[in-house]
Amino acid sequence: MNTRKTFRMDGRTIPFEDGQSIIDAALAAGEYIPHLCHNPEFTPHGSCRVCTVDVDGRMVSACTQPAAEGQQVVNNSDPVNHYRRRLLQMLFVEGNHVCPGCEKSGACQLQAVAYYTGMLAPHFTHFFPRREVDASHPDTVIDFNRCILCELCVRASRDVDGKNVFSISGRGIQSRLIINSNTGRLGDSDYDRADKAASVCPVGAILPKHQGYEVPIGERLYDQRPISVVGDVAQAKQGDNGDG
Amino acid sequence: MNPASDAGIFTERLLNEGGAQATDLLQYLCSIQQHYSCIPPQAVETLARVLALTPSVVLGVIEFYSFLHRTPRGQFDILVSDSITDQMLGSRDLLQRLCDRLGVCVSQPGSDGRATVATTSCTGMCDQGPALLINGQVVTRVDNERLDRIVALVQAGSPLEDWPQDWFSVSDNVYRRDQLLDEHSANGDSLRVLLDRGAADLLQELDDSGLRGRGGAGFSTALKWKLCRDASADERYVVCNADEGEPGTFKDRVLLQSWADTVFEGMTLCAGIIGARRGFLYLRGEYRYLLDSLHTALENRRASGLLGSAILGEPGFDFDIDIHLGAGAYICGEESALIESLEGKRGIPRIRPPFPVTSGYRNRPTVVNNVETFMAAVRIAEHGSAWFRSKGTAQSPGTKLLSISGDCRDRGVYEYPLGVSIEEVLSDCGADDVQAVQVAGAAGRTLPPAEFGRTLAFEDVATGGSFMVFDHTRDVLDVVQNFTRFFAHESCGFCTPCRVGGSLLRDLVDKLHDGHGSEYDIREMRDIAGLMQAASHCGLGHTAPAPVLDLLDHFPDVWRQRLAAGGFEPSFDIDAALSEAKQLTGRDHSGGRMGGDV
Amino acid sequence: MADKIRIATAPLAGCFGCHMSLLDIDERLLDLIEVAEFDCSPLNDFKRVGSADIGLIEGGVANTENVETLRDFRRHCRILVAVGACAVNGGIPAMRNQFDLRDCLEESYVNGIGVENPMIPNDPEIPLLLDKVHPIHEVVKIDYFLPGCPPSADSIWTFLTELIEGRPVSFPYTQIHYD
Ligand SMILES: Cc1cc2nc3c(=O)[nH]c(=O)nc-3n(C[C@H](O)[C@H](O)[C@H](O)COP(=O)(O)O)c2cc1C
Ligand code: SF4
Ligand code: SF4
Repeated sequence: MNTRKTFRMDGRTIPFEDGQSIIDAALAAGEYIPHLCHNPEFTPHGSCRVCTVDVDGRMVSACTQPAAEGQQVVNNSDPVNHYRRRLLQMLFVEGNHVCPGCEKSGACQLQAVAYYTGMLAPHFTHFFPRREVDASHPDTVIDFNRCILCELCVRASRDVDGKNVFSISGRGIQSRLIINSNTGRLGDSDYDRADKAASVCPVGAILPKHQGYEVPIGERLYDQRPISVVGDVAQAKQGDNGDG
Repeated sequence: MNPASDAGIFTERLLNEGGAQATDLLQYLCSIQQHYSCIPPQAVETLARVLALTPSVVLGVIEFYSFLHRTPRGQFDILVSDSITDQMLGSRDLLQRLCDRLGVCVSQPGSDGRATVATTSCTGMCDQGPALLINGQVVTRVDNERLDRIVALVQAGSPLEDWPQDWFSVSDNVYRRDQLLDEHSANGDSLRVLLDRGAADLLQELDDSGLRGRGGAGFSTALKWKLCRDASADERYVVCNADEGEPGTFKDRVLLQSWADTVFEGMTLCAGIIGARRGFLYLRGEYRYLLDSLHTALENRRASGLLGSAILGEPGFDFDIDIHLGAGAYICGEESALIESLEGKRGIPRIRPPFPVTSGYRNRPTVVNNVETFMAAVRIAEHGSAWFRSKGTAQSPGTKLLSISGDCRDRGVYEYPLGVSIEEVLSDCGADDVQAVQVAGAAGRTLPPAEFGRTLAFEDVATGGSFMVFDHTRDVLDVVQNFTRFFAHESCGFCTPCRVGGSLLRDLVDKLHDGHGSEYDIREMRDIAGLMQAASHCGLGHTAPAPVLDLLDHFPDVWRQRLAAGGFEPSFDIDAALSEAKQLTGRDHSGGRMGGDV
Repeated sequence: MADKIRIATAPLAGCFGCHMSLLDIDERLLDLIEVAEFDCSPLNDFKRVGSADIGLIEGGVANTENVETLRDFRRHCRILVAVGACAVNGGIPAMRNQFDLRDCLEESYVNGIGVENPMIPNDPEIPLLLDKVHPIHEVVKIDYFLPGCPPSADSIWTFLTELIEGRPVSFPYTQIHYD
């Protein structure tokens, strides 16, 4: 019988299949590695860097690094957690995340990962960028203030819906999500609320209309239990995820 | 000419002539920008329709590249090089003068549609700056007198063809020649060696030579070619990286201006060895002025049977080269971003592995090498590995071209055996009273005199070729500020640490530069720098904090002097933040200054 | 009495909710009073901070008075704590950062529905507004952050007891939230 290939992570032996990334192997083995732009349903992306782990002394993103026999992975150490907190804090100050005024609060993955890593404040100087809210679509609202550029909606719309409703424009700190329609507004695009892209946003940037606060604060997805136990927003069943 | 009416037709025509491949999107955009000084909406619509892309994807490409614009720049689009060495030669004053005389603000098109004046990252003319780009054409050695004449021509609406042509001349300024620059010709000799000895044998020769990539990273060239040759695929590609975006580097410009034949031969040699039929020269947009001469060189080589089908009469030895232009994006020098750009996309570095040698252009095995690397390969084929190894060190055989600029007598290109000491270089180029040397550009090292005994070699101070000299009249913080702003501007924006961290770092350096930095901010800089180095997706983010860290480590006197008293300073200027309210309420004199206390 | 921990509190640009949450610790307030006493706070009548061990700041920095109070607290408090979302990241008041100050003021005092005698108030007694609302850590050094809108009475209690007892502050999962 073939012995399965394995690597070591924080003292545990993690089995993996050829071609599997470190994060997918770890998640399959029940070991949580914090992440935002990763969703096992889509091609790995590697942009948020929150899944940064130490592999044999080198920092890599666990979602893009293929698992390899004998690797020593550190997922939980002071330096790794420090890096992750700083990355999350960067995402918080880059946009406008006013959690008390956000319908997604309590069921937001950015928030949940931040809780998990023990982030108490955004630490850095806020950019306070001026961004739009697009409420032109009858079923969905997009609040660009909260977009963390994970490109999950871009990938879902392109690879699953075959629609290319979303794409990224600009460069550097000016990078921004744009919508493919002649007006640039969601209401004039091919978007439909049944699209895959409607249910993948990890934060409160793409929100269904007419269901805000159906689940009271305090009873939402991450209010009582951490994301390492509950799992990602996108995997939680529709209607189950705290905000519909 | 009314852009609204004919941009669609113009674009259709371009597409018809060009074969309408989506991979050529960026090339079409460059042509349209050149014609209309922007990409009109009708062009976006036409490109999207014909190339089967969505308009938003086209917009995403336009907004990625600094030289592409959605709104018209006017008849003259004037870009002043903002390289630190150009600044040292007075570019900032020229920029101001230009704006004043033309009555425009930086980056804002004039209301009469005549001109836009803006800055741009290093134009690669540091040896003959200050430099401008006007409608993509470079003007060197600009002084007040030349500037005033430019203003007059702009105001008169005189087409560039009628301007004094010597303004557009770019000199080579070669001060030291060795193995590479001693010879000019490349008439197919190396290709004959290839046909005589066979690919495997020549690859071995290249391996024996120990040639390492001249773009900076120093990867073994023979190994790269071998990996590509061994990868199974229907097509393979050769790409020459002439993006030369590292501030202070201009040696590839000289090679492409006066040794283009040898560079093209090197690409052909590589093609013969790995089995590629198509190659690309990815030329940074700033070097657009070289296009005509490069196309002529390619034509001549085709006519001489050195390019095209059955090269040197050898059946099956087919290879040709296209030139692709960049459009103002430093990140496109990174090989996988370059490949994305070659495919007509935004220059976002790919996830690696897979590496380009197995999955590059159109996901086929692709060799990407620096201009100088291809040239060295030709010489090695001609003269052998022993000849090559007679120069340089054991770990860094051969010679290296340096682009020397800044505070020295003779700015230009120098070819040295690797292993040369910084001291020796400084003495040759006539630099004295040196405070700091910046080796390998913004992404490289900033070194104080105590380090001048060190050598330029992969095993000591590695360099892609930039060598900038700063004497004691310079403020090292100006230099670090310039580089940090450069990186923040050039970050592709894909990953969090570089996109956000780069801007945070820039703001902290600005704060320190302006005398408001605190001990707390210094710790913050180190923290952000460490994160960028550790967690960024590509080399840009990994190296972007280098100037800041070198400042903190090697020039403590410089930054300590600038620290504000007390351990903490507000992150913003409180008085400036009150000025709007003062104005609105007419309370200019009440409220007082809040200062920076505590 | 002399060796009691002195606590000072101040509301800046916030809604007073964090102060209400502090009062929500209910009967535990009596336990607190055993070991701590209040310096200047809206809960008593001391107008200026004397010298305190712990300063609790609610709200962000929106005007000159906020800046002065915050600096005064920084000078006089050994440990300064950002309490609540507004102090931590500007919170709801910082939503005005999306607009120019002129537009905000004109909307309120000139163009707004029902405005009589339209003009932007310019009485010298009124603190001048900053062009943006800032979290307090952008103005002075902050030692601890206690997020929440407001932080629950339980998390305030956890924080104060652990701090006063000299333990590293750590919260159970349910006590940390940003909303
Ligand atoms: C941000 C960045 C910019 C780069 N710019 C260039 C460049 O302008 N020219 C170049 O030859 N290599 C550049 N490189 C290195 C290339 O990625 C690649 O290593 C090189 O082209 C390989 O060629 P070589 O082996 O001949 O050096 C850059 C790398 C990074 C990370
Ligand atoms: S809208 Fe949501 S899914 Fe789309 S890029 Fe932004 S954060 Fe990601
Ligand atoms: S480090 Fe990240 S953001 Fe910076 S250039 Fe590379 S991929 Fe882009």
